[in-house]
Amino acid sequence: MCSVQKLTSTSPQSEAIVVYTGWERHALVGSDVRLSCSFFSWRWTSEDVTFSWSYRPDGAKDSISIFHYTGGAPYVDNKGPFRDRLEFVGNPPRRDGSILIRNLDFSDNGTFTCDAKNPPDIVGRPSSVRLLVFEKIPIQAGVITGAIIGVVLGLLILVVAIYYLMRFLVARRVFDLSVSKHGKKGKGKEAQQRQASVLVDPAKQKAAASEKKKQESRREKK
Amino acid sequence: MLILLCGIVFLHVAALALLFVSTVVSAWAVNPTSSADLWFNCTTINGVNSCQPGDTGVWIQAVQALMILSIIFSFLSLFLFFCQLFTLQKGGRFFLTGAFQVFASLFVMSGAIIYTVMNAEWVPPSESFGFAYILAWVAFPLILISGLIYVILRKRE
Repeated sequence: MCSVQKLTSTSPQSEAIVVYTGWERHALVGSDVRLSCSFFSWRWTSEDVTFSWSYRPDGAKDSISIFHYTGGAPYVDNKGPFRDRLEFVGNPPRRDGSILIRNLDFSDNGTFTCDAKNPPDIVGRPSSVRLLVFEKIPIQAGVITGAIIGVVLGLLILVVAIYYLMRFLVARRVFDLSVSKHGKKGKGKEAQQRQASVLVDPAKQKAAASEKKKQESRREKK
Repeated sequence: MLILLCGIVFLHVAALALLFVSTVVSAWAVNPTSSADLWFNCTTINGVNSCQPGDTGVWIQAVQALMILSIIFSFLSLFLFFCQLFTLQKGGRFFLTGAFQVFASLFVMSGAIIYTVMNAEWVPPSESFGFAYILAWVAFPLILISGLIYVILRKRE
């Protein structure tokens, strides 16, 4: 049983082809949009590869064919809604069947379906991309939300970092001062003290004040 | 002393819960058939409930951000309260906790004000304000009072 099944599976059969397009494309009125279409196939790209684009307007039930590539030559729409606006910008040997639509209008809203075939790989589902034409591109959901949250939290972290940095610097200055005070003895001592106290006066006052507070609270505790 | 502590923490947690419910629940603007909140517009037609992502304008995103920020700051304030409870010296004030809580209340206030003023854009006149919107307004004074209590409170043994 198994061996018979194996034999039948090795005979040349068509395998599935997978077509890729985008999901949605947003574009402004009057601009150009490039609709990309690519496919995955286990076989080498054959010379008879075909690409087919069809268009179904929003709200309509039927779709019309607007582009076909076969036998090495592209055939663009010359009668339908996209005449003189459609251009083939793909590269079939590289599995790219993209088209370019120029000068978009609101009537171009709809679904574009790409069907690619790579003989003998012909079994596959066509893939669709929705085109949305806007007056002005709307802001994506969540962009501004994320931006506001990020900025505020960033500022918070910045303030915390600066606070700790200032405290660290102040503590280091006080430490340096006390070291130099005990290190150098003699005449220069007083002059140095006065200089140092002028330099770090506010910081020293703060440190001294917190020291006093701590001593007071310790006394209070007792 | 323990009673006071429990009371303060309870107030804080209750306000935080109100904030959470207000942000998440879909009841900012309600109608007999539909309800809208900061994230989705849900309609119930013939018993079928369907939700769609809401409007993506600048202002509604600002309201979303402010509500989320107020939740974050309130959480941070609760966390800081417990930190400061153990590390603050006697007689010290819970300034940092109070500051975060006051910021959270300011964010809620800003969010609620923006929603109130700009809701003509995304709420049709047939809809009335839902309970989640009211919760946001109720949470604002509670959080403010909680923050002020922290600022005034002194640590005792």
